[in-house]
Order: sequence, then structure tokens, then C-alpha cells
Amino acid sequence: MKAWMPTLLLLAVGSALAAPITMEDQSQLTVPPAQNAAQFAPPAEGELPDNAFGKLVREGHALFVDTRRLMPDAVGNGMNCSNCHLDQGRLAHSAPMWGAYPMYPAYRKKNDKVNTYAERIQGCFQFSMNGKPPAADSPQMTALSAYAYWLSTKAPTGVELAGRGYPDVPQPQGGYDFKRGQQVYREQCAICHGDEGEGQKVAGEYVMPPLWGKDSYNWGAGMHRINTAASFIKYNMPLGKPGSLSDQQAWDVAAWINRHERPQDPRLVEGSVEKTRLKFHANDGVNLYGQKVEGVLIGQGTGG
Amino acid sequence: MTPLSRVVIGSALILAWPMAHAADGQKIFTQGGSNPAAMACLGCHGPDGKGIAAAGFPRLAGLPAGYLSKQLHDWRTGSRKQPVMEPLAKALTDDEIKAVSSYLASMPGDPAPTVRRQQIASDPTTRLALYGDWSRQIPGCVQCHGPGGSGVGEHFPPLAGQPASYLEAQLNGWRDGSRSNDPNQLMVGVAKAMTDDEVVAIAEFFANPASPEVKP
Repeated sequence: MKAWMPTLLLLAVGSALAAPITMEDQSQLTVPPAQNAAQFAPPAEGELPDNAFGKLVREGHALFVDTRRLMPDAVGNGMNCSNCHLDQGRLAHSAPMWGAYPMYPAYRKKNDKVNTYAERIQGCFQFSMNGKPPAADSPQMTALSAYAYWLSTKAPTGVELAGRGYPDVPQPQGGYDFKRGQQVYREQCAICHGDEGEGQKVAGEYVMPPLWGKDSYNWGAGMHRINTAASFIKYNMPLGKPGSLSDQQAWDVAAWINRHERPQDPRLVEGSVEKTRLKFHANDGVNLYGQKVEGVLIGQGTGG
Repeated sequence: MTPLSRVVIGSALILAWPMAHAADGQKIFTQGGSNPAAMACLGCHGPDGKGIAAAGFPRLAGLPAGYLSKQLHDWRTGSRKQPVMEPLAKALTDDEIKAVSSYLASMPGDPAPTVRRQQIASDPTTRLALYGDWSRQIPGCVQCHGPGGSGVGEHFPPLAGQPASYLEAQLNGWRDGSRSNDPNQLMVGVAKAMTDDEVVAIAEFFANPASPEVKP
């Protein structure tokens, strides 16, 4: 009796979640709540000195906003850094670089060690960009780090500044719903990201990023968590209209986006989605990896 | 045959006529539609469809067909206002709108200048065009309208190569509410957040490919 009760419950609540979920995910660092208005302002472009340091920062900026085109060996999909870190990594509540850089080195449960800032960026390349991270001492990583360092000018180190990360959006009482999410997607997102999440290109380069499929973030990226995507969406989307979706709509549409296939988690354990789920996804926020949705196993990857 | 039935048959023939003949987009562009009130596009938009900058008549060549067709339908229903285009669009049939939109979309426009995003923009107009001003929830123009304002998909028309006076008039139309046919109201908020000076400067920025601020 006890053994099949959870199954019944699961069936009864549909997409709502049955088990308590560990929400401390990606990083052990915490994000101040959204009502804490950001006080920190990164330096203006005009303040950049015209010397060797300024030149390196400019190179880092170029890589940050045009990553895919300038680092084709490191980026394996259609994403740029600036797709998830809006306004060139400057915008509060959009995981700004000035909120991240001064917090490293820091312990991350994701790889169970203390990570330098360069190692943190390598994670972005491996997962969010589904690529091959450049070496920590490569000129590109040095330039990207210099850009983040410059944006953090006069920020205190080791202080969780208001505006860092994406503020948490609590999961609504009734969970989330794919059908409602699909409707939100059609009405608010498809105009830019396409009916099938495919993004939009001009002259072969993505202008609006793909949200699922082979050119999107992979199953190991933080954005594959519904809670993380809901937070990003609520505070940043649609572009220019942040905060226009309700918490419920943000969760619904995040669930709709993240029920679609994307490149496989590069940490795939012995070729098994189930083993990978147990090792990396079972306690990683709210995600669908390795679960069945409408009878189909999620997390099979897009192949190739 | 009674006179009445002649009228009925005649009307039926007239109604059926446009259906029987696929509308010719090129012909509408050069000579106008079947209704004489649907004047030829080239009269105002130029023989190459690239507009007449001095008069503020916009470029149509190479604009997305879906966008053009939406504008013509919006003029018909009055959801976009313009004293010349409203009666003209009402004189076009559905088929003619479809045909002339795809013909215009197939006409070559001047390519957008290759303004890449990787430069740090220190002057305020380039900054607004490339990156926006997030303290006012203004995305960079090119984030939706594509690199250099080349246009993206069916909903985000090119800004590059449009006359400055046309771009300025549209931005001001959204600001004062006289234009409001943007999908999901994506443009109205942006335009309303802009200042008078920014409207002028941004219109110049995209109208003029030789702008000294545009360094690829």
C-alpha cells in the first residue's frame, strides 16, 4: 500500500512535484532577494583607460558579446555570454559579472571543489555553451576575466551584492503546467525565439538564441533547471519588459522550454541517463532530466 | 434571361475574377492593383523600391513579406494610420497584398553596414543602438532589428537604409500613440522611454551608413 501511494499521488498531481527538492544547486553562493535594489554601478565605458589594460578589457568585452563567432572552437552551440548575462554582463538581476567576479574563489557543489573564477567560466563553456572550455591561462580566458574584473571596479570582494545572480522566484503552490507554459511561449516568446525554440539567425549567425534543440544549452547547464530558468525569465524576459510575467507564468514557460530535448549532459555516466540523473540531477533544483513526460524519457539529448 | 439574372451572373464573374488570376506582384509594384485607387508602389517608393529619402518615403525593397503584408492589412482595418496608405491598402485585394508583399521582399535592398557588437561603445548613440539603456528598459536596437539594423525574421523590419525622417516619424508615432500596431507592444515602451534628441540621433544612425559612429 505504502509503496504505490507516491505513484498514485504523482499521477494525480500531474506535473506538480511529489518529492521535496534540494534547491541549493549550481553554487553554494546565495542570491540576495529581488527587493534588495542593486546599489552597485559598474564603470562607464568612457572610464576605460587607453592602455594595455584597457585593450585587454576591450578584447574580453568582444568575446563576451560575440562569443560564438570569435571563439568557434570553444562554443559548441548558438549561444553568447551576453544571452544569459544581459547588457554586456552589466545588468542587475541578470547574473552580472560584477556580482560574480568578486565572489571567487568559491566552493561549488557542482564539481565539489573550490573554483577559481576562470574555472567558473570554464563551466559556462562546457554546459551553457556546450563546448570545449579554453585553458584557464589562455589569452581568451585572461581577456574574459579582465573584463569581469573591470566591471567589478570598486566592488567589495566576498560580499553578496544586491543584484547578483537571478533572484529566486518561489515555486507556485500548484507547481507548473506545460499547457499553460506552451500558451505563454506562443504569445510572448515565439516572436523572437521561434515556434520551435529554434531562435533566429541573420546571415548565418544567431541574433535571438535558440532555447532548445542542438544549438541551445545542454542538459548540464544551470538554465536547464526550471527554477533557474523561471528566475531568469521573470526578471529579464521578454526583452525590455522584465517583471511583466507572473511567477506562475514564469514557472510554466520555463517548464515548457525545459521539457524539450537539448544536447546531452557532457558528464553522462556510462551512457546511462538514469545513472546521470541519480548522480547529477536528482538533487539539482527542479528539473526534468531523466524523468518521463507524457511517456517519453527526457534527457536523451539531441545527438551529434 | 432576365436583366436581374444578368446582373447576378455579371457580379459573380467580377467577384470570381481576382480568384481565377493569381495577382502579379511586379505588376502591382509598377502599375498598381486591379482597382485604380491601388496606385503603383514605385511612384512614391522609387523604381528600385528603396524609398525616396528626401520625401521620407520608406524603403520597401527586401523588407520581410510578413511584415509588409501585416502593415497593408493594418492600414485596411485602420490599426495603422497614414492618409495615403490607408485608402490604397483598402483598394488592394487579399491576393494582391500577398503578391506585392512577396515581390517587394524579393527585391534587393542595400546590405546593412557590418556593425558588429564587439566594440565597446563610448558615445551615447552607438551605445543606445548596440546595447540600449537598461536603466530605462530600452534594449539595444540591434538586439531585435539585427546586426547593423539589418532586420530579423518577419516581425523585426530593417532599420538600415530607411530615411531618417521616416524612422523619426515612426518612433514619434509610437511615442504619441498614433502608431500602435507593434506585435506584443514591444516597440511602444521602447519609443516612449526615448528622448527627443535620442529619436533624432538614432534615426540618423540607421539612415546613414556612412555615419562616423559606425566603425565595423
